[in-house]
Amino acid sequence: VNIRYRIVSVITAFVAFTVAVLIWAPTVGTTTISLGRVFDRSIAWDSNVDAQIFFVARLPRVLAGALVGSTLAAAGVILQALLRNPLATPFTLGVSAGASLGAMLAVTLNLEFGVLGVSSIPLASFAGSLIATAIVYGLAASQRKGLSTNVLLLAGVTLNAFFSALILFVQYIADFSEALRAIRWMMGGLDVAGYAPIVAALPFTIVSFVVFALMARTLNLLSAGAEAAASRGVEVVRDQRLAFLSASLATGAAVSLGGPIGFIGIIVPHLVRLLVGADHRIVLPASALFGAAFLVLCDLAARTIMAPLEVPVGVVTALIGGPFFLWLLVKRS
Amino acid sequence: MKRYLAHPAVAGLFAVVLAGAALAQPAPKRIISLVPNVTEILFAIGAGPQVVAVSNYDVEPPEVRSLPTVGALLDPDTEKIISLRPDLVITYGSQTDLQSQLGSANIPFFDYRHAGLDHIMVTMRALGARTGHADQAEKVARALQARIDAVKARVAGKRRPRTLLIFGREPGSLRNIYASAGRGFLHDMLVTAGGEDVLQDIQKESAQISTEMILARRPDVILELNAATRLNDADLKSVMDPWTTLSSVPAVRNKRVVILLGPGITVPGPRVIDGIEKMEKALHP
Repeated sequence: VNIRYRIVSVITAFVAFTVAVLIWAPTVGTTTISLGRVFDRSIAWDSNVDAQIFFVARLPRVLAGALVGSTLAAAGVILQALLRNPLATPFTLGVSAGASLGAMLAVTLNLEFGVLGVSSIPLASFAGSLIATAIVYGLAASQRKGLSTNVLLLAGVTLNAFFSALILFVQYIADFSEALRAIRWMMGGLDVAGYAPIVAALPFTIVSFVVFALMARTLNLLSAGAEAAASRGVEVVRDQRLAFLSASLATGAAVSLGGPIGFIGIIVPHLVRLLVGADHRIVLPASALFGAAFLVLCDLAARTIMAPLEVPVGVVTALIGGPFFLWLLVKRS
Repeated sequence: MKRYLAHPAVAGLFAVVLAGAALAQPAPKRIISLVPNVTEILFAIGAGPQVVAVSNYDVEPPEVRSLPTVGALLDPDTEKIISLRPDLVITYGSQTDLQSQLGSANIPFFDYRHAGLDHIMVTMRALGARTGHADQAEKVARALQARIDAVKARVAGKRRPRTLLIFGREPGSLRNIYASAGRGFLHDMLVTAGGEDVLQDIQKESAQISTEMILARRPDVILELNAATRLNDADLKSVMDPWTTLSSVPAVRNKRVVILLGPGITVPGPRVIDGIEKMEKALHP
C-alpha cells in the first residue's frame, strides 16, 4: 500500500475519534445542562448558569486535558525513540520531578505572584522543569560525542531520585495545609477554571510540536541506532539535542498546566503502536491525537464516577496505567 | 456490646482510659501541650501557669511564645518532653506512639481529638476537672455557650442563606478549592451562625470542589477564610478577582463573597465564638 495513503487514512480516523470525544466530553458532567440554553445569546451571560458551566467549568477543562494528553503522549514517543527504550516516559529524565519541586516550593514559600492570569504554582513548576532539563542536558552533553543516551537515562533517573528527596524534605518542613496542597498538586488536576493557563502553555507546546513534526523520519532512523542513522545522513548530535530539548520543553509546559499526570506518555504510544505499527510518521501524530482523547476521557471519569466528589485525574490514569504497564513488561519478556 | 469490647482497638482504648483513671492524681504542676487549641483552652480556664512547654505551632495566647517547644503532631520530641519532667502531656488522638512511650515512662497524658462545636465545651470541663480548675472551666464554658446561644437566638427564624465556606485555594486562581463539607466543627460554626451549608450532603469534614460544583450549587454567600490579619487593596483585588469569572453564582453577582480575615477563626478553642460572630455578621448583615 502506498505509505502516503496509509498515513492519510489512519490519521483521518484518529482525528475523527479525537474530535468526537472533544465535542462530546463538555456536554457530560455531574450537572445536567441544556445545550439550547448554553448557546442562547438572548440570555444574559451573568444569569446563564448552563453557559457558565459549559464555558467556564467544562470547556477549559477539556481543552487543558487535550493539550496535556497530546503533549505527554507525543513526548513519550519522542523519548522512547531517542533513548531506544520502550519503557521511557516523559518523566524518565527528571523533568516532572523538577516541576514538582518548583510547585512544592511555590506552595511552601507561599509565593503569591501571578503573570497574565497564571498563578505562581504553574510558573514555579515550569521553572523547575527547565532547571531539571538544563542539568540533565549539561551532564549528557559533557560527553565529547553527542548525547550519550545511557548518560541521559542514568542522569535522569538519578535526578528524579534526588529531586524526590528534596520534595520529601520540603514537604516535611511545610505546614499541614501546605503539604496537603502540594501533594494534591502532584495527583494532577485539570479544573483550570479559565483559558489563561492554557494560553500560557500553548506557545511552548506549539514550538515543540513543530520540532516533533520535522523529526518523524529521523526518529525512525534513530530508533535503529545512532551509527545506522548517521550512515543514512542523519545529523545525529543535532537531532538528538533537538528531540531531547523539545520533548522536555513540552513536558514542562504540560506538567505546569495539569500537574505530573502519569502513564499517559507510556500507555498511549504503546496502544497506538499496537494499532498502527511502528512508523513514527504515523505513531507520532496518532499518539498526539489519541493522547488528547484518552486524557479527556480519563478526566471525564475523574469528575463523574464519585460525584459530587472528584477523583484526582492522575489517580485515574495511574489505576488504568499501572496494570497496563505490568502487562507490557510481561508481554515483552 | 461484648462483640465491640472484643475488638482490639476498643479494648486498647479501654485500657488507655483505665490507665488514665488509675493515674488520676492531684492537679498537675507541669503540663506540656502538643495541641495548640487545647493550649488556648488551658490558659482560658486558668491552667496557664502550669503549662511548661508547648508545640512548635503554638502562638496563642502570647504567653506561650516564650515557652520551650517540643515538636508537633507528627514529630513530637519525646526525649525533650520526658526531660522536662511533665506530670501531664496533652496529646492528639493519632499520636499513639508518643502515648505508649509516655505510658512506659509513667507520664500521664490527656488524649484529645477534634470533634464538633460542642466538644469545645466538653474539653474545657474535662480539662478543668483534670487540672484543678473545675469552677473556672465551668464558668468559661458557660460564658462561651451563652454567646453561642445568643447567636443562635439572633439568627433563629431568619432566612438562612445558602453558603459555601472555603478555607483554601491556589492563590490568584480558582484552582484546588477546599471547602468545609457537611460534618465537623467548621460546618457547625456555619450552621450556628445562621447559614445553610451548600455542601451539607457530603458527609466529610472537607472536600475539594470543582468550579462546576460551585456554579451548579449556586451559593447565596461565599465565605472565604484567609489567615492574613489584614489585606491591602492589591492583595484584596488578587483574592477577589478570580471570582468574577463565576458571575452567574448569586454570591458573586450580589457581591456577597466575604473574606474572613485572621488566623484564629478556625481554632476550636475559646476564640471560636469570635469566628462565629464574624460569620453571623457576614451572613446576616
